[in-house]
Amino acid sequence: MTLDAHNIHVTIKDNAILKGASLSVPKGKVIGLIGPNGAGKSTLLKAILGLTDIQSGQITLDGEELSGWSLKDRAKKISYAAQGAPVHWPLDVEHIISLGRIPHLDPWQEISDADQNLIHQAMVKTDTLHLAKRLTTTLSGGERACVMLARAIVSDADYLCADEPIASLDPYHQLRIMDILRGLATDGHGVLIVLHDLTLAGRYCDELVLINKGQILAQGPVEQVLTTENLELAYHIKASRWQEEDDHFLSPWKISGRPDHTA
Amino acid sequence: MNITPSPLTLLLSLSLLIIAFLSLFIGAADIPPGDIMSALFGTAQSSTEIIILELRLPRVILGIMAGASLGLSGAALQGLLRNPLADPGIIGVSATAGLGAVIAIYFGLSALFPLSIQIMSMGGALLATLILSLVSRRDSSVLTLILAGIGISSLATASIALAMNFAPNPMSLQDMIMWLLGSLENRTMTDITLAGPFIIGGWVIMRGVGQGLDASSLGEDTAQTLGINLKRLRMKVIIGSAISVGATVSVCGSIGFIGLVVPHMVRSLIGHAPGRLLVPSALMGAILLTIADLLTRIPVGHGQLRLGVVTAFVGSPLFLYIIYKTRGTMR
Repeated sequence: MTLDAHNIHVTIKDNAILKGASLSVPKGKVIGLIGPNGAGKSTLLKAILGLTDIQSGQITLDGEELSGWSLKDRAKKISYAAQGAPVHWPLDVEHIISLGRIPHLDPWQEISDADQNLIHQAMVKTDTLHLAKRLTTTLSGGERACVMLARAIVSDADYLCADEPIASLDPYHQLRIMDILRGLATDGHGVLIVLHDLTLAGRYCDELVLINKGQILAQGPVEQVLTTENLELAYHIKASRWQEEDDHFLSPWKISGRPDHTA
Repeated sequence: MNITPSPLTLLLSLSLLIIAFLSLFIGAADIPPGDIMSALFGTAQSSTEIIILELRLPRVILGIMAGASLGLSGAALQGLLRNPLADPGIIGVSATAGLGAVIAIYFGLSALFPLSIQIMSMGGALLATLILSLVSRRDSSVLTLILAGIGISSLATASIALAMNFAPNPMSLQDMIMWLLGSLENRTMTDITLAGPFIIGGWVIMRGVGQGLDASSLGEDTAQTLGINLKRLRMKVIIGSAISVGATVSVCGSIGFIGLVVPHMVRSLIGHAPGRLLVPSALMGAILLTIADLLTRIPVGHGQLRLGVVTAFVGSPLFLYIIYKTRGTMR
């Protein structure tokens, strides 16, 4: 049971963004997609979601090609928490979360009691019940991130893709969001997260995929991906590492070179 | 399938019926209420019957259709473009429809063939629709759509100014100005049979867009990952509102502000969810336009108040008031 990207090529206006990227998200696992700015992380995520045209390669779900699927069928299987989580109207939190049920509704259909139940569960999971009647425009960044995650969870898709869900959040909310995503994997969902925080990536993900200049540089268990060589090659940084009992940690520590601008 | 109307929808429908009914009683000819009732039931003198059934009734029906089109299109466009300042004017349809009418007057077609104004202005609206649908097929960004609408609108407005500049005679200039100010006066059942199918056709095209508009409030990418076909949604809203508003302008002239103001009025009653605004906005638009048309029947000085002038004068202060009340929630 996996969501797979096979050898994805994406070119936007003569600019090759992805040059043969592959990854696999098994159910029950948290996969972290990491890489420097502009490496193609978000593009790969969008390709998987069907939001961008791919020149070659394919996306498969349990072995089945997704290109022929309707948007609605895709939406039932894969949900998406967008970067920055925009909301364009001052809508209340409960309403925003209920929008996550749209893939399961006909155009005129209203939310049923069963839907309401799922909405309630998602709000419990994300600890947003007390926000139900607040307008999303009045929420703090952390509250907002929890609400948008609840919105993605409520569609009850097998796979969830989150694009930088913890960017610009305080440490409490970063850990909170990662805990929720971890919990989803424990419940049997496949979770793919685009991340910049290498420490949290190492702490929470089962596997990492390191992408650099549109190609996968390394993938696999955390210690195999976050090697000193890979960090220098992709990020041009050195990390400081430490150990607490059996857990290994690292934190970006200093710059080791310059990005090559000629490529 | 859920078709239970909300309390607001019921209340607005009821108010619309009452206001529309009352507006049959007010007009230039002084007809006793009893005679009006018997005219409606076909038992009055023929002259009274003509005034009621062939002058006042078509005027009321057209007013309802026009107001509903403007209100509905305004709500749908604001939802689609995720912009509280959008209205049918912004996609350029009102201006090109007006241009069609002005061209018909300029070349004297209207003198040769009475329905040419209506036909030309519907043609203008369809032309704008065509350009917009080409743009929305090639490029998916909402900003491009707004900018294309502004471009079309400016070009049409410039052409209208050019036609006025070189108006063949003062009479036709007068006609153009009168047309651009909008009116429901002297409309007959012929106008309804001409524009009605397009107006209602536009509504039909727009049915079922509410869910997609709700999803769009989370941004275009997220809406797609909720299973919404954005291209189809965009086509439905743009073409539906262009056809219904174009047909409206073709029989009533330019009527501003209804499409802009009405969704804001409804928001202050039931919140911002774009899908929930659609039907109440159509009803509210119909009510507002019927009331505005009633106001044009008030004798003022030596002239006649024009509908577009009344809607702008009623609409803009109301708009400012709503913006003042809701400042802070919108960001």
